[in-house]
Amino acid sequence: MAILITEKTRVIVQGMSGRIGQFHAEDMIKHGTNVVGGVTPGKGGSTLLGRPLFNTVREAVEATGAEASLVFVPPPFAADAIMEAADAGIKTAVCVTDGIPSQDMMKVKRFLRRYPSDRKMRLIGPNCAGIISPGKGFMGIMPPHIYMPGRVGIVGRSGTLGYEAASQMKALGIGVSTSVGIGGDPINGSSFRDILELFEADPETDAVMMIGEIGGPQEAEAALYARNAMTKPVVAYIAGLSAPKGRKMGHAGAIISAFGESAQEKVEILSAAGITIAPNPSAMGETMARVLSGRRAAA
Amino acid sequence: MDIHEYQAKEILARFGVPVPRGGLAYSPEQAGYRARELGGNAWVVKAQVHSGGRGAAGGVKLCRSEAEVQSFAATLFGKQLVTKQTDANGKGVYRLWVEGASDIARELYLGLVLDRKSERIMIVASAHGGMEIEDLAESDPESLRRMTVDPAVGLSEYQARELAFQLGLSGGQIAQMVTILRACYRAYRDLDAMMVEINPLVVTGAGDLVALDAKMSFDTNALFRRPEIAELRDRSQEDPRESRAGDLGLAYVGLDGDIGCIINGAGLAMATMDMIKLAGGEPANFLDIGGGASPERVVRAFQTVLADQKVSVILVNIFAGINRCDWVAEGVVQAYREVGMTLPVIVRLAGTNVEEGRHILAASGLPIISADTLADAAEKAVAVRQPLAA
Repeated sequence: MAILITEKTRVIVQGMSGRIGQFHAEDMIKHGTNVVGGVTPGKGGSTLLGRPLFNTVREAVEATGAEASLVFVPPPFAADAIMEAADAGIKTAVCVTDGIPSQDMMKVKRFLRRYPSDRKMRLIGPNCAGIISPGKGFMGIMPPHIYMPGRVGIVGRSGTLGYEAASQMKALGIGVSTSVGIGGDPINGSSFRDILELFEADPETDAVMMIGEIGGPQEAEAALYARNAMTKPVVAYIAGLSAPKGRKMGHAGAIISAFGESAQEKVEILSAAGITIAPNPSAMGETMARVLSGRRAAA
Repeated sequence: MDIHEYQAKEILARFGVPVPRGGLAYSPEQAGYRARELGGNAWVVKAQVHSGGRGAAGGVKLCRSEAEVQSFAATLFGKQLVTKQTDANGKGVYRLWVEGASDIARELYLGLVLDRKSERIMIVASAHGGMEIEDLAESDPESLRRMTVDPAVGLSEYQARELAFQLGLSGGQIAQMVTILRACYRAYRDLDAMMVEINPLVVTGAGDLVALDAKMSFDTNALFRRPEIAELRDRSQEDPRESRAGDLGLAYVGLDGDIGCIINGAGLAMATMDMIKLAGGEPANFLDIGGGASPERVVRAFQTVLADQKVSVILVNIFAGINRCDWVAEGVVQAYREVGMTLPVIVRLAGTNVEEGRHILAASGLPIISADTLADAAEKAVAVRQPLAA
């Protein structure tokens, strides 16, 4: 089953005719993702990569029954594209775009809350690598060959650090059910907690690798949830132990500006909640292996 | 993106925040002239640098005569002001703000920030202003009042009024505070700010509210639609290494160590720095070369890192997704030849086209040290670094 995307999920790509959109749509199709069309205003009626293009998301949903959309739209127009997807009935949108203004994201989040829960769109990102259920399908920019299908979920802010975790686990024979990049922006669609909830409910996921970083309250919120409501083990690594206070480390959201936002403080909060901490970024795989074998021994 | 105090005051005044009368000076003579122009018998001369803590660092002074204004200004111009918020180099003083001294009865704190938890603009205020908010949060957390603003409605008058009463204001000050709060909120919202801070917001002897200091910071992602804000960028206040890297489209943060880092992805870059630290070294910088790194981009990254004289070894760590290891390897080889590299270089490649990449490095015949894992790369970098002669 995995979460968010399987081989059956009908996917459209907003901005498919752009250079980057086309490149990644092609890769997604090559790896078995069920891409059913693309949206580029003004190019409706033509085809690209053997898939129909539409002028609006609404037309695409009506014609193809699309449930998920990957948003590859430049920053000034990305918020509008996300809201268009929500209004057209898309269930899951993944936005890769880096550089969306914070106030645009405030607006997007408020817009998404307008819908009743059965019509509400789940947004992943922005400024993320996307989501992949290895062997089934993916929406995003990750290299699919580094993931091995399996039963550990990955959720992280950073794309490349997620690749690092997946490849460390693969080297130890541990596969991935789904990997989710929630993105490096201060305001994002889905939080660590939101994704932990999905993994907890997924019968095909046994444990979760969570990769956080400095800045923001979401790791602490996830720790509370893991302690109170999760039965599955969580292993965590927090990047930025050496990051100076008040400096933005690449990601717009990776900045220590308040109490509890440093890597050290987050590690303390997570350990106190019973989460196993990978002591360094090279030990994510082995820490997960240890937790899984301990669990098997106990069962 | 930060701006100067005087620019923040000009902007906030335009939205309706009362500020003291003042003038900008680019020379000691001009500072003296500004004092004369303003009149009165006491002036505050303030160094305009992008940092807090200017007062304690000797960048602000109350002067009682035009001559004193001029002589204090002369000591400031061209100086590097080192505050507790700057690094050891400090920030250059090239502009001064001269304003009429205010008669201060009380000092309040007022700040607006993006609250990541509620995903709204949050107003933070305290009846005890004048000190840094971090110190205030430690010494007097009880005094901090917080409220978030519903973006659909904006800041309501009742909310502003509530806050004004909580701060112990009364009479005509309530209406003044409501005006100030709404002005700050509108400035924040309309100009894509990330932070507005008035500290202190003072009550004068006559009972009026005035913004004695002001700080604003803006969302760099929104500058494309705020050209009037983008114009206020002052490169003299930036770390020159970071300005140059920014011009080349690289995310770079200068640090104090000697191990230069070239990495793709912000998370992996932070993780690599952590690994260096755990291995007993110190990173010289954060640098994310981003996705789709061409050989040219890798060369530019090398030039950026090498511009820092402290660097004694370079660590390249690439986990290629949309990047390609072969392109990165070509860039490393090209950089090696172009810059006439004398420092040791450690390269760890993983992901797309990794075999091709390793082959290019091996075939180059250059003394590049190859590493297999993140830990291996960090340990090798620490082992081969050449500490500068003490």
